[in-house]
Amino acid sequence: MRGRPLPRGDPGYGVERREARLAWWLVSPALAAIVLVALFPLVWTVWESLHLHDLRMPWLGQPFIGLGNYLEAVGDERFRAAMGHTLFFAVVSVTLELALGTMLALAMNRAFRGRGLMRASVLVPWAMPTVVSGLLWKFMFDGDAGIANAALVKVGVLDQPLVWFIRTGFAWVPVILADVWKTTPFVALLLLAGLQNIDASLYEAARIDGASAWRQFRFVTLPLLRPAILVALIFRTLDAFRVFDLIYVMTGGGPGTSTEPIALYTFNSLLQYLRFGYGSALSVIVFVVTFALALVYIRYLGAGLTETKA
Amino acid sequence: MTGEPGRGRWATVAIVGLIAATAFPFYWAIVSSFTPESRLFSAPRLFPDTLVLDHYRALFTEREFWVPIRNSLVVAGTTTAFCVAVGALCAYALARLRFRGKAPLLALILAVSMFPQISVVSPLYLLLRALRLINTYPGLILPYLTFAMPLTVWLLVGIFRQLPAELEEAAMVDGASRLRTFLEVVIPLALPGLATTAILTFVYSWNEFLFALSFTLGPERQTVPVAIALLRGQYQVPWGQILAGSIIATAPVALLVLAFQRRIVQGLTAGAVKG
Amino acid sequence: MASVRLEGIRKTYPNGHVAARDLDLEIADGEFMVLVGPSGCGKSTALRIVAGLETPTGGRVLIGDRDVTGLPPQERDIAMVFQTYALYPHMTVRENLGFGLRMRGVAKATIVDRVVKVAEALALGQVLDRKPGQLSGGQRQRVALGRAMVREPQAFLFDEPLSNLDAKLRVETRAELARLHRRLAATIVYVTHDQEEAMTLGGRVAVLRDGKVEQVAPPMELYRRPATVFVGGFVGSPAMNFLPGDIMGRTDGSTLGIRPHDVVLVPPGQGDLDAKVDVVEPRGSELLVHLRLDGLGSERELRVVAPPEPMVPADTVTGVRFDRERLHWFDRQGRRVE
Repeated sequence: MRGRPLPRGDPGYGVERREARLAWWLVSPALAAIVLVALFPLVWTVWESLHLHDLRMPWLGQPFIGLGNYLEAVGDERFRAAMGHTLFFAVVSVTLELALGTMLALAMNRAFRGRGLMRASVLVPWAMPTVVSGLLWKFMFDGDAGIANAALVKVGVLDQPLVWFIRTGFAWVPVILADVWKTTPFVALLLLAGLQNIDASLYEAARIDGASAWRQFRFVTLPLLRPAILVALIFRTLDAFRVFDLIYVMTGGGPGTSTEPIALYTFNSLLQYLRFGYGSALSVIVFVVTFALALVYIRYLGAGLTETKA
Repeated sequence: MTGEPGRGRWATVAIVGLIAATAFPFYWAIVSSFTPESRLFSAPRLFPDTLVLDHYRALFTEREFWVPIRNSLVVAGTTTAFCVAVGALCAYALARLRFRGKAPLLALILAVSMFPQISVVSPLYLLLRALRLINTYPGLILPYLTFAMPLTVWLLVGIFRQLPAELEEAAMVDGASRLRTFLEVVIPLALPGLATTAILTFVYSWNEFLFALSFTLGPERQTVPVAIALLRGQYQVPWGQILAGSIIATAPVALLVLAFQRRIVQGLTAGAVKG
Repeated sequence: MASVRLEGIRKTYPNGHVAARDLDLEIADGEFMVLVGPSGCGKSTALRIVAGLETPTGGRVLIGDRDVTGLPPQERDIAMVFQTYALYPHMTVRENLGFGLRMRGVAKATIVDRVVKVAEALALGQVLDRKPGQLSGGQRQRVALGRAMVREPQAFLFDEPLSNLDAKLRVETRAELARLHRRLAATIVYVTHDQEEAMTLGGRVAVLRDGKVEQVAPPMELYRRPATVFVGGFVGSPAMNFLPGDIMGRTDGSTLGIRPHDVVLVPPGQGDLDAKVDVVEPRGSELLVHLRLDGLGSERELRVVAPPEPMVPADTVTGVRFDRERLHWFDRQGRRVE
């Protein structure tokens, strides 16, 4: 209700102006920090992406090459592959996390004993550094007698231990498992909060109307859970697209470059190959893709995110 | 709730399954970190018979692991303190004061929180290099503001908005200026929320990897996640030490989080569900 | 104490909602003025504008003879009691009471002195070191009151302070407020949606509707001589009946208002009209009879308050006679005509 300021001749003008001035004083330190470390670098990245800037060959200077880097990226096989890997990783892990998360949330919504233990077991994987979770799972899948191989052989799924991280494609298994392990509980938490917001009397009304458990789920739970699901989707998809820590520490992008996501390829271009111009173009592409995704989701969710209330 | 009595059992099974599946990698990591090197890759036993402190000792005597711990504490701690303080001021203005540009500012903060870190690594690298801040504490704290600042502002705006506006109105009618109202009425009431925000910011900062990897050069300033990831052995991967380091890396944040579970869950989900 | 004046107050919100349109109100020094009206009528907005918590889009606010329109609440020297009391939960009662004085830099000794005096006057002496969370509803109400009293302001503003209390406490606190007004000769601006509360408390009552003042008058005058159809229907319970004027022979489109208490039931044919009894509500000391008047175009309802005996059976026909001295006539625009 108090969004727009009063016009000049207005009796309240003085008061509002003082308030606005105070507001800007309070806001400026945070704003300055954000502009300095986020906005300005982003603009710089875009600027860089339009130039040739190879730190290994400083004598070449930094000539303007327009969209040259971008064109190179489009034609770059490794880049296209990286996009594919990222997409694959995002789709698989987010789907698994949502499905498992929903089931878990449903279960957690009913069981009452051990709430605290549940919460704890949910929070600790979330709280740990991603690299640590990656290392834990790498350890479990490493070596002939690593626990994963040992268990799978014992149960009969495998005839003999696999070298997971050497075989293209198989390396994805521990990676995705690690991601799912770390974040499904968090997704479950988000969905649980959404579930708990659903009025219990709606289920009772549905039951009186003769709806089976499945129908209750389809017609009461699912529609009312939609906002929470979309929120979980946004967060997880954005995170999955930006994946870096996990893969760096588990496979380094390998075997070869078969698990390399775009964030890692960008990182390598920048800090390994020192091709700042090209790496910046890749950065911009990552940024644009992330943003486009976010916008698509936000459009779906509506504008509730920037609502203000005095 | 819905369904027949059989459902309850299914739910309990699911929960037990969840707790077991979540706990197992931990359990295994902890057990293995106490397992002597020679036994690490022989046939694994769920319940080991020998436990040793070798790996932990080696971490501190051979690898000076206290250095990355110190670095992480300094960086995460300073980032948190700075962001909560500065962020609280900004958040209060956004939550309660009237001024032009509020909506764009909120949108900007939301947008920045979605920046992929990789997209700002290169300019930050060049900027830090120009300022000679590579491999220093400020050289990490500054980049950390990229995600920590929007996070704290976002969380605190929600927290301040939830306080009853009438209290602040009463204070103003009583004669308190906006600033005094903020300090004497709002802050004391928002303390739990401030604490939660601080914990979340600390956890994110402690766990951060990409910037720490990119902007440090060596062990003197590396943080714990980087130190662990880069642990190299002479002949083979030093899994024992890596796991020991991982346990140490996780312990503080895990304890913090466990101590404040309920608040943290509230804080995390409130913003999400309401949004 | 001082007078409070609202001159030509207009308030339009950015979303287009008009909360106040050309509101004029004068509250004399030491007067107890109640603002009453249905929700959305602008009474709370008007109060908040006096307090400085909202700025008007046009018009002036004067406290005493000072134009305070451009001043924030801190500089207006008024005290306000909120609907939810708004006590500072983290401070003790003593600190709550002294907060305002501390903010204005009053000497510590004076603060202690005034706080103790007010606490005693309000029977809060025993709970000075407790926090609001440890108090009963009535005690919290008194702390809210005390916080205002300690300030010794130029005027007191009350925003529906009794709506959170149960009926018994409400009656007790009403008496408390009346006493307060007498003792302090305080200028009080009081907002409520409850017309009964308004009538019992107000020295003068302002009935608001759609952002304007419909009528300002002492309670009895509002009751006996409502200036508009709206005021007539708002004040008094059960509500006034409105009938087309041609019932009593006026063909100029005017409306007749007659209160349920001013209608008598008589045998059919012996009154001004006949009507059919629809529903009878026994209320102990009286009967509330709902009657149906057929054949008037749209079926009209007439409410009559009758003595508890004899019982009036439903679905019978009865006559009604209007007290000639209590007829209220309103023109086509709903304004009173004599």
